[in-house]
Amino acid sequence: MTNDVRNILLAGVGGQGILLASELLAEVLLLAGYDVKKSEIHGMSQRGGSVTSHVRYGSNVLSPLIKQGDADILFGFELLETYRYLPMLRRGGDVFANNQSILPAPVAIGTAEYPHEIQNKIRHACPDTHFVDGLTLACQSGHPRTVNMVLLGALSTALNIPHTLWNETITEKVPQQLLQENQFAFQLGRNSQAMTPETI
Amino acid sequence: MAKRLMSGNAAIARGAYEAGVKVASAYPGTPSTEILENLINYLAVDASWAPNEKVALEVGIGASFGGVRALVTMKHVGVNVAADPLFTLSYIGVRGGLVLACADDPEMHSSQNEQDSRNYAKFAKVPMFEPADSEEARAFTRLAFDVSEQFDTPVMLRSNTRISHGKSIVNPQEPVAELPQAGLVRDPAKMVMLPANARNRHPLVEQRIVDLEAWACEQPFNRVETGSGKVGVITAGIAYQYARQALPQAHILKLGMVYPLPKQLILDFAARCDTLYVIEELDPFIEEQIRAMGIRVIGKELIPICGELTPERLETALFGTKPDAAVIHSESLPGRPPNMCAGCSHRGVFLTLKRLGAYVTGDIGCYTLGFLPPLSAMDTCVCMGAGISNATGLIKAVPEQERHKVVGVMGDSTFLHTGINSLIDMIYNGGRGTVILLDNRITAMTGRQENPGSGYTLAGIESPPIDLQALCRVLGVKHVQMIDPYDLTQTEQVVQQEMARPELSVVIAKRPCILDRRHGPEPAPPLKVIEEQCSACKICMKLGCPALTWQQEHNTPKAHIDPQLCSGCKLCQQLCKFTAIEVHND
Repeated sequence: MTNDVRNILLAGVGGQGILLASELLAEVLLLAGYDVKKSEIHGMSQRGGSVTSHVRYGSNVLSPLIKQGDADILFGFELLETYRYLPMLRRGGDVFANNQSILPAPVAIGTAEYPHEIQNKIRHACPDTHFVDGLTLACQSGHPRTVNMVLLGALSTALNIPHTLWNETITEKVPQQLLQENQFAFQLGRNSQAMTPETI
Repeated sequence: MAKRLMSGNAAIARGAYEAGVKVASAYPGTPSTEILENLINYLAVDASWAPNEKVALEVGIGASFGGVRALVTMKHVGVNVAADPLFTLSYIGVRGGLVLACADDPEMHSSQNEQDSRNYAKFAKVPMFEPADSEEARAFTRLAFDVSEQFDTPVMLRSNTRISHGKSIVNPQEPVAELPQAGLVRDPAKMVMLPANARNRHPLVEQRIVDLEAWACEQPFNRVETGSGKVGVITAGIAYQYARQALPQAHILKLGMVYPLPKQLILDFAARCDTLYVIEELDPFIEEQIRAMGIRVIGKELIPICGELTPERLETALFGTKPDAAVIHSESLPGRPPNMCAGCSHRGVFLTLKRLGAYVTGDIGCYTLGFLPPLSAMDTCVCMGAGISNATGLIKAVPEQERHKVVGVMGDSTFLHTGINSLIDMIYNGGRGTVILLDNRITAMTGRQENPGSGYTLAGIESPPIDLQALCRVLGVKHVQMIDPYDLTQTEQVVQQEMARPELSVVIAKRPCILDRRHGPEPAPPLKVIEEQCSACKICMKLGCPALTWQQEHNTPKAHIDPQLCSGCKLCQQLCKFTAIEVHND
C-alpha cells in the first residue's frame, strides 16, 4: 500500500458554510477518482463555535481524522481559527486563509483579547500563506454568504483537478436558484490566486 | 449502482431501506439524528419521530410483532431510556427483524457522558455489529435484519460520531426482493412476558448467544488481515482504521460483530502472535472478555480509556511519540465556545433568571447554553427531563428561605420526552417549585426536528400540536402563565411573581426558534448603536448576544451591533437606559 494520502483541514466558525465547502471538496475528489473520507462534528459546537472538517484523499484512506502535524493544507475561513489550527499543519504545508475576523464570545464581551497582528503571526509561521479577501469578493459576486465558494475557488488552484469537475460538482450540489452567484463566487476566488498553466 | 460518498447515518438508512424496513422510529439525538432524516426519503418506509427513545423502541417492537422489519435509532444516552423494553425484547425475540442503531459520542462533542453502548449488548444478551466506515454501516445494517430473524433476536448496531458524521464511499445494492407477509399472529408463549413464559424464554436467550458465538467464527464480517512478524491486533469499528494506519505490518483480527465475540477465531489468532494488542475506544469491552479466555493482551494500560481515540493519541500510546508539527503555540488563544444564536428566544429568560438570583435546575437542549457566561444562569444539568424533578428534590432539601429561588427550566421537546412525568410528580407530591417551559416550537439543538408540539411529523404532514398550557392545566397546575420572552418587562414581572408564590406554577415562554423557518417570526430589521448616546455602561453586553460586540480597541469603547447577525429581537434596546439603540433603517 502506497502512502499517497493527502490531508486538507478546514477550520472556521459555525455558520460560515464550512460543511458545504467540505462536501463539495470531497465530492469533486471522488469524481476525480480518489478514495475519500471526511469527518466533522455537528450539533452543539455548531452554535457559533469553532468548526473543523477533515478531508483525506488518496488511493486508500484509513483514518477519517488527520493527525496533528500532518495536514498538507490548512484551509482557514477565519483568522483566529486559522491560527488556532496551525499546529495541525505539516512542515512545508500550505495555508489558505480568509482575511476575516469573527470575534468569539469572550472577546465580544470584553473578557478576552483577539490576538494582535494575527496575519503577521500566521505569515511568520507560514511565509507563503495565501490570504484571500473572501468577504469582499463574495460581496462582488452578489451575496456575502458565498464566502465559502470564493475560498473554495482559491483553494482549487492548489489541487490538480480539472475545472470541468468543479463545475459539475457545484452544479449538482448547489440549489438551482443560488447557482449563478455561487459559480461566480468560485471563479472570483480562483482568479484571486496566481494561476499556473496546468491548473487553468 | 454507482458508488457514492455517504455519511455513516445516510448509509445506515440505505442499509435499512435495502433490507426492506417498513417501520422506523426514533428520538433525535446527536450524532444519530440524520439516520431517520435520510430514511424518510425512501417512500416505502414509515419513519416517524417518537416523543422519547422508549416509545420509539416500543413502536418498533409492535411493528416486529406485526411481521415487518423495523429500525429504531437513538444516541447512546437514549438507550438508557429505551433499556426497559430492550431487556425484555431480548427474551421475546422478533417476528419481523428489529435493529436498534445507537450512536455513541466519545469525547462528548455534544453529550453529557461518553458511556460505551457495547455494554448494553452484553447486558441485554443481544448481538451487536460495529461498522468501521460508511460501506460497512450500510452492509452491516442490511445484514443485521437477516441475523435478527435467523437467530430470533433484536440486533444492535453501534455507530459513533466519526462513523455517523464522517463520509466515505458506499456501494449501494438493490433492495431485497421479497419479505414475509405482515399480519396479526397470536403467540402468547413468546410474546406475553409474564413469569411463567419468561422463565421458558431465558434459556433460549442463553443458547442463542452460544449459537451466535460459534456462527460468528465463520462469518466474513470477522476477518483476519495477515501481516508479517509476530505482532497482532484485535480491534473493531473506527479504532480499526487508526490501528491499521499506525501498525501497517501487524496481523489484524478485525471484528465486525463486537458481541458475542468469536472465541475460537480469537484463540487461533492469538496463537499466531507473540504480542497481542486490543485497540478499542472507551471501555476495555473486548479486552476483558479476551483476558477471561486466558489470553495475555496489551490494552487499556496503554490505550486511553477516556475520550475519543484519535490517530495521534493511539500513536502516542503505542510508540510514545509526539506529533511533529510545524507550529506549536506558546500563547493561549481565546476560546470559541458555542453560544445561543442572535435572536434566540431563550436569552431573555436566562437574563431574567440571573437578575432575579434564581437557582436554576436545567437539562438537555439549546438552553443548556444558558450555563455559559455572561448569562451563567444554569446551576444543574443531568439528563432529559431532570430540570423539573431535580427542582422537586432540591426544594425538599433546602431551608425554607431558599426554596423560592429554585426554578426548573425545560424545553418543549424535552418536556414531551420525559418532563411530563417529572411535572406529575411535583403536582402529586405537593411540590412548590417554579417551572419554566421554554417553548420554541421545535427540537432545536439537534437541528430543528419536528416534535409532538410543533404541529408537523417527520414526513412534514400536519398533526395536532400538543397544547402545553392546556396540558399543564389538565394535569392539575393551578397557575399557568404565558409570556413572550422577547418582552423583558413582562418576563421579569411574571417570573418574579411566580417565584414568590408559595405554590407550584408553570410559566410557558413561547416564541419560535429564530432558525425555524416554518414557525419563525418574520425577519425584523437589525438594530444599531447610536454611538453619541452610548454611555459605555455595558448592560447590553450581559445578554451575550453574538451580534453585540464591545469595541475595546477604540479610544472610547462603545457597544456595536453587527447588522449581518442582528435578528432585530430588541432585547438590547429594552435593556439600554440611554436610548442608544434604535432600528437600523439604512
